[in-house]
Amino acid sequence: MEKRLLLGDEAIALGAIHAGLSGVYAYPGTPSTEITEFIQTNKEAIERGVRSRWCTNEKTAMEAALGMSYCGKRALVCMKHVGMNVCADAFVNSAITGVNGGVVVLAADDPSMHSSQNEQDSRFYGKFAMIPIFEPSNQQEAYDMMSSAFELSERLKEPVLLRVVTRLAHSRAAVEVKKAADQNKLNPATDNAHWVLLPGNARRNYLDLIDKQNDMMKASCESSTNDIITINNSDKGKWIGIVACGIGYNYVREALNGIKDNEDNYMIMKLTQYPMPVEGIKQMAEVCSEILVVEDGQPVVEEEVKKLVDTSYKVEGRLTGRLPRTGELNPDNVSLGLGKENNPLFKPAKNLAGRPPQLCQGCGHRDVYTALGEVVKEYENARVFGDIGCYTLGALPPFKALASCVDMGASITMAKGAADAGLWPAIAVIGDSTFTHSGMTGLLDAVNDNSNVTIIISDNLTTGMTGGQDSAGLNKYEAICLGLGVDPDHVRVVVPLPKNMPEITQILREEINYKGVSVIIPRRECIQVAARHARERAKQNNK
Amino acid sequence: MKKDIILCGVGGQGILSIATIIGEAATEAGIYLKQAEVHGMSQRGGDVQSNLRLSTDPIWSDQIPTGEADVIISMEPMEALRYISYLRHDGIIVTSNKPFVNIPNYPDEAALKSELDTLPNVQLDIEAIAAELKSAKSANMVLLGMAAPYIGILTVEQLRKAVSVIFARKGDAVVEANLRAFDRGVEASKK
Repeated sequence: MEKRLLLGDEAIALGAIHAGLSGVYAYPGTPSTEITEFIQTNKEAIERGVRSRWCTNEKTAMEAALGMSYCGKRALVCMKHVGMNVCADAFVNSAITGVNGGVVVLAADDPSMHSSQNEQDSRFYGKFAMIPIFEPSNQQEAYDMMSSAFELSERLKEPVLLRVVTRLAHSRAAVEVKKAADQNKLNPATDNAHWVLLPGNARRNYLDLIDKQNDMMKASCESSTNDIITINNSDKGKWIGIVACGIGYNYVREALNGIKDNEDNYMIMKLTQYPMPVEGIKQMAEVCSEILVVEDGQPVVEEEVKKLVDTSYKVEGRLTGRLPRTGELNPDNVSLGLGKENNPLFKPAKNLAGRPPQLCQGCGHRDVYTALGEVVKEYENARVFGDIGCYTLGALPPFKALASCVDMGASITMAKGAADAGLWPAIAVIGDSTFTHSGMTGLLDAVNDNSNVTIIISDNLTTGMTGGQDSAGLNKYEAICLGLGVDPDHVRVVVPLPKNMPEITQILREEINYKGVSVIIPRRECIQVAARHARERAKQNNK
Repeated sequence: MKKDIILCGVGGQGILSIATIIGEAATEAGIYLKQAEVHGMSQRGGDVQSNLRLSTDPIWSDQIPTGEADVIISMEPMEALRYISYLRHDGIIVTSNKPFVNIPNYPDEAALKSELDTLPNVQLDIEAIAAELKSAKSANMVLLGMAAPYIGILTVEQLRKAVSVIFARKGDAVVEANLRAFDRGVEASKK
């Protein structure tokens, strides 16, 4: 069998292609981006015509995937955890319509917030929608689970959530790969009652979904990757139960490898498919004197296990402090939680300074902030509301420009709300890709209210933060703003370069002083992407 | 046998290429490998690191526990110190001695050097060597060559072969330049 060295994300992508995928729908977001990028450039996927272009946001992605599923084909939706919030309406309702072709929704969570604004746990969304959840513990399982997840989705006629965390998404290991299965044939659904969610239909579908819960539990109990492992060290020792979810299992095994002269015995439930097998937990509680729940993210399983046992029974985990309440699991905090002593360490270094991420030298966003910094100091109450992207780094020194950064699109709407409250000047800074993702609707609100806001769409012709993916609104920004009703005299385009500083600052002043909605579009290609394009052109010319 | 390696530096210095080459050599040798990277926000001039675990037995955790790294391979001296809690007491730091200063509060260079010298380490001006070879982009391969004898679980020859495999699609000239850089690193670590 062929073995390939793959990132967790790449294993998911290849697993999906080999499971007969017909389309991937996604918006870039760390740590999920590499899944779609892999499919976009994979030879097999291209030959098989797998649909893979980036979507405008996670909601359009989820809905398009549902449309493909309606036609009987297999679709994958990929996003980072906060993308689940954006597609939640479509996601939760897809459990009510059910699916025709298999649908797998991939959520990549980011505990410790390496590149995120929160550490929400997508398993809550799976529970909320009442659908099965897969959580691989390693790259091989991530690959293999794609075909099991699509099969289960088609068998139950429900979408399946596959949850990974940053450490699996961005870690490489060898994966044994199989031959690709054929794609499903076009076979559009005919049961309109299931797909038209009028209340009468939805009530019936919801009862169906509740009926399926037993089948989902049965599937979890029979899953080949949900396993019970016992480590019997001594007949004298007590039994300790461990529920180890996803990659938490690896840290448990790593820690137990290192525990020496231990008399304790361990019963480990490796949990990689939900709903959690309840009977197994009850049996574990009968044998073991306590249960430790090891899960990356929020205490989803810990709370469930507590409900299954007497209040006097000891259930430990993130809620009790045996494991840290926040942040990702690692081999150190899990081994401490299991009572292992730390290795002797070198003293922490004295000559050390943080090296925070920065805007690249030569980046157009820098020139935007330089101009903004100069103008803003002329207005006592000026506030600049930020958004999600490279330009969020404008919050850090030397610019320290931003008053807020909350979620995709919130710059425009927060500036609007602040203007409604009487703040002036209320300025928004948003990137091109973030604007089409979730900024356009907010701009329409501002236009309809004739809010006194100045909106800067800092257009670098790409989705920069995640590595330079296509931006959905490329070359359409003026047209979009005009179409939404912004006065043409107040849609201004500038080129953010140091030599244009006098012009940019002048336009900023003019538009701040204009009482209404104005949009300034500083436009210059991301220097990383420009360099990549130059390399690609050179390569073409050499051929 | 098992070797845990921390690779570190500043975004853009070529850390991930080193990881890819060691990964290729490990795959070719048929040993187990796990390699955890940090992507995304940290790439923009920030610190980057990769955890590389090589073993003849299956590996559980993608991350290296503190106090268990056999080698820290660093493109930058201060970045080597950042991960010192991961180093085993009998481990070693292999690092470039040239500071990459892109922050206003970079520590005093003399103090940094003397702290580094209290720890088991090998240092070299890899950028000067790469410049001497007229191949500034290959500084990371000088570093890999320096570190090669300490990796242990893979031979210098296995790593050298992986350098040519990984750069093959960039043409013979690039392969040659990187092999020269690698060889100079190996030589330097013998001194």
